[in-house]
Amino acid sequence: MTPAQIVFLLIAAATLLGAVLVVVSHNLVHAALWLILSLAGVAALFVLLEAALLAVVQVAIYIGAIAILIIFAVMLTRRVMADSGPQTNRNWWAAALAALMIFSGLIVVFMQLPALGATQTVPLAVESEALVEDLGRALVDVNRFVVPFEVASVLLLAALIGSIVVARPPDSPAEGEAAP
Amino acid sequence: MSDPFGQISRFLLDLLTGWGLEPGLAAFLLKLLGAAAMGTLALLSTFLFIWGERKLLARIQIRLGPNRTGPFGILQTVADFAKLVTKELIVPSGADRVVFVLAPILVVMSAVAVWAVVPFAPRFIGTDINVAVLYIVAIGSIGILGIMLAGWSSNNKFALLGAFRAAAQLVSYEVPMVLTLLIPTLLSGSMGTVAIVEAQRQMPFLILAPVPALLFFISSLAENGRAPFDLLEAESEIATGFNVEYGGLMFGMFFVAEFLHAFTVGALTTTLFLGGWLGPGVDRYPILGVVYFFGKSLLVWFTVIWVRMSLPRIRIDQMLAFNWKFLTPLGLAAVIVFAVADKLTPPDVLGRTLILLAGNGLLAVGTLAALWGYARIKRRAAALPVRSTPPLRVSPS
Repeated sequence: MTPAQIVFLLIAAATLLGAVLVVVSHNLVHAALWLILSLAGVAALFVLLEAALLAVVQVAIYIGAIAILIIFAVMLTRRVMADSGPQTNRNWWAAALAALMIFSGLIVVFMQLPALGATQTVPLAVESEALVEDLGRALVDVNRFVVPFEVASVLLLAALIGSIVVARPPDSPAEGEAAP
Repeated sequence: MSDPFGQISRFLLDLLTGWGLEPGLAAFLLKLLGAAAMGTLALLSTFLFIWGERKLLARIQIRLGPNRTGPFGILQTVADFAKLVTKELIVPSGADRVVFVLAPILVVMSAVAVWAVVPFAPRFIGTDINVAVLYIVAIGSIGILGIMLAGWSSNNKFALLGAFRAAAQLVSYEVPMVLTLLIPTLLSGSMGTVAIVEAQRQMPFLILAPVPALLFFISSLAENGRAPFDLLEAESEIATGFNVEYGGLMFGMFFVAEFLHAFTVGALTTTLFLGGWLGPGVDRYPILGVVYFFGKSLLVWFTVIWVRMSLPRIRIDQMLAFNWKFLTPLGLAAVIVFAVADKLTPPDVLGRTLILLAGNGLLAVGTLAALWGYARIKRRAAALPVRSTPPLRVSPS
């Protein structure tokens, strides 16, 4: 085995282990930490695939923003150290069904990949710098992905405004009375 | 002498393959060795930074500072370190043991890992990835995670309060920092640190973009969590905050990470805005680049300490308002102004400098006008005659 294959196997094992422990562990913060291990494993797989941009974005967004948000929410809302609620609720079968459907969908997609039967790794045809530039141009190209990109921006903006509206304190009557 | 580190790595590669190792495995081992050497050097240099910072602080406060151990007290940090190492590692009862031990490691990791993408001299860089700017952001957020976990796992109310403050401060100040990191990316057309340094060959970005440079400096000060932004370890309010339960070497790790980060701020500002290792004669003798790089970084580092000593700690509401109502809008405006101005620029250096400087002037004037209007409203509110407080009405319920 080449060093790259050994590294791949180790990372893949860590990713899967983290993913399993996310759903198995009782403590919510521990679950979030295992999620971070799993996400970091995916980022490392991106590095092995020479997709540095995706790897770094994975760390910056999923670990740096989403995982921190989860931990912060848990810290604010639950009792600090002791937290062992029930692990499942009534909808566990729906979640299992959705996970199964996504997994089978992914398998179907993977089976159609032309590189599936390849026995050795082939270097990228283009330089990775050019790939990053192409991704940037694709996001603002009218013929390619500008519409999904803008729709996502509007969605995020709507979420931002919505959260401000929700968090805004209601105009309290006491303040209105105090004003002349 | 033009490429000493390349020569060393080629020599080692030849040596390892000469011993019968596969070339792939030898290259892998060399990368590991390089990473270990880089991390160790960065951590060892912290001994000097801590000593230097304490001496500078003492000078600013008209004291002598450490002066007993070794010449000029230079061995003081070594003595402190020996003391910290020999102390027992205590995990408080009820703490989450694994997370408690993991947290300082994450913090140190994030402080050291940034150095992988800092170019010290031509061809003297840990790794030249083309997304280095994003990498800096990503690694910084892991440090935030470590601080939050330290506060949460200590089973201590003060530590948890410190972690809340850390989350409020560090996550918020990431926003203007990311926005200002976009400006060197815009101006150089690349996210790699080597390309950013090369793009400053004609004109450092400090001259092209003084306002974003200042924004970057301020938000990195806040990311570092030191005065005037030292709310997450305010000794007088929350008993040092997130690291209150840590002792011995685990506390030492937080300590080292903070002091190393102070110099990292200098190194990043140098790379992104001050032209990195560029300087006269650097193409002829690349080793001079190390001198220029560390000279500029030390200058910024000195400013960090100077600010730390000169300004009092701000209140938490001021800290948040300063970020969300001042730095973030200014950062957004700067990105828009620079995106437009960079499109308008003629190819020659002088025209580009002038147009970008005009953009900066526009930003500065706009900011000052906004501040002036805000201050006028505040002054008018303060000048109004004080009304008698209305009687407390209890709503009938």
